[in-house]
Amino acid sequence: MNAWLRQHWQTCMLTLARLAGSPFATLLNVTVIGVALALPLGGYMLLQNMGSVTRQATGNPQVSLFLAPEAGKSDIAALETRLKQLPGVRAVRFISREQALAGLKRSENMAEVVAALQSNPLPDAFVVEAGGSAAELERLEPELKALPKVAHVQLDSAWLKRLETLVALGRTAVLILTVLLAFGLVAVTFNTIRLQILTQKDEIILSKLIGATDAFIRRPFYYLGLMQGILGALAALGMVYVCMLILNMSILELAQLYGSDFRLGFFGFADCLTLVTFAATLGWIGAYLSVSRHLADIEPR
Amino acid sequence: MISFSQVRKSYRGGHEALAELSFSIEAGELVFITGRSGAGKSTLLKLIPAIERPTSGTVLVNGQNTGSMRRPAIPYLRRNLGLIFQDQKLLYDRSVFDNVMLPLAFTGYAHKEAARRARAALDKVGLLPREKANPITLSGGEQQRLCIARAVVNRPSILLADEPTASLDSDSAAEVMEMFRSFNQVGVTVLIATHDEALIELLNPRVLALAHGRLET
Repeated sequence: MNAWLRQHWQTCMLTLARLAGSPFATLLNVTVIGVALALPLGGYMLLQNMGSVTRQATGNPQVSLFLAPEAGKSDIAALETRLKQLPGVRAVRFISREQALAGLKRSENMAEVVAALQSNPLPDAFVVEAGGSAAELERLEPELKALPKVAHVQLDSAWLKRLETLVALGRTAVLILTVLLAFGLVAVTFNTIRLQILTQKDEIILSKLIGATDAFIRRPFYYLGLMQGILGALAALGMVYVCMLILNMSILELAQLYGSDFRLGFFGFADCLTLVTFAATLGWIGAYLSVSRHLADIEPR
Repeated sequence: MISFSQVRKSYRGGHEALAELSFSIEAGELVFITGRSGAGKSTLLKLIPAIERPTSGTVLVNGQNTGSMRRPAIPYLRRNLGLIFQDQKLLYDRSVFDNVMLPLAFTGYAHKEAARRARAALDKVGLLPREKANPITLSGGEQQRLCIARAVVNRPSILLADEPTASLDSDSAAEVMEMFRSFNQVGVTVLIATHDEALIELLNPRVLALAHGRLET
């Protein structure tokens, strides 16, 4: 093993020993970092799950086209071929005014109303299924409106669009929270490292006097910041996981009532790794700032 | 090996610690620096490892000018020097053994080799049986010997000691001085700042007597 690697390995072990040597302080620091990370992380998990719900629901967004009363059989046939040729359209279903009325009669509350009618007030209609998202369907809307003999176009996906917007808003909120708490994490590490430098002041002075390089003196503090970040990230993942299990117990009951098997899903390995790397980087930054600010003050005289 | 020429050191506020100091020390010499408190003994010793820089003049150590040395080069200069501090600077949060291991941590020895060297150094000063003890439990003489072990563990060519016997009884002091002499006998250049006249008679070394920052003749 070469000397450089060995020094890093020794520093790494020393840092772990130091963390284990003061378990109470370590636990407190890791908890603070963990909670700070768990807040945006939990929000992100909820959003991710909501996102998958929306994607499922928008799997087949629909548009209803109501035709003008004067539309004849040939108009309908021509319209059907045109609709099928439109880009993004997956399926076209024709519902005649008679079919619609029959459907209405079948629904309990409406049967009496329908019976009282002298003539059928319902128009013929097409239900168009599009392949893409709600937004794509929206782009299709003016084109559909411009078709001949089409009286009214009804987007069934308006509420989904609202949900999508809501999820996007949530994402922005979580992003802001993440940025704020990232600053918090850097500040926490900055302060921990400051205290650690003060505790080891004698050792630092002595090391400088007997020939330790600046890099050697700084290294353990970088490792400390890095490891605190990693431990904090693991704590945050643990906290969010436990919260998810608790929430899933309630969600399971609710979902059963709706005949769904929906439950919250956790992050994949890649997401977890990203979080750990992110927290480790922030810890390192905090340590770097603190070391740069405080080590220069400790100069042997 | 060490050469001062026209060295002046004044501190902020105008106090002049050293004035026009010139001397040189050859490899393998044993030299005492004497004088009252405030005569400039500590300042002189601090100029050698570049803890202090001269206001003017040059300090050469092994041919290197320590006064104009760039900061990143200083650690490598210091590794070649064994320093024994007036205030000892022992670390009481670790064992005797780990105190001696500290200078080896950044010189790149494998742990086994470092431990072997540390034990050899402790053995030389007679502290091997106490290697697991905390330095706070050692007597004054033992603590000073621990400082010596830490200073020599890297096998420096120059040993600098600032008042190494200041807080010791005469028996311990004689013991410590005997150690310096034995290191000197194997070729280490030794510089000791002291105001203990009795020790000087004991060893009969070359003496640089300082008064008001100048050499007395």
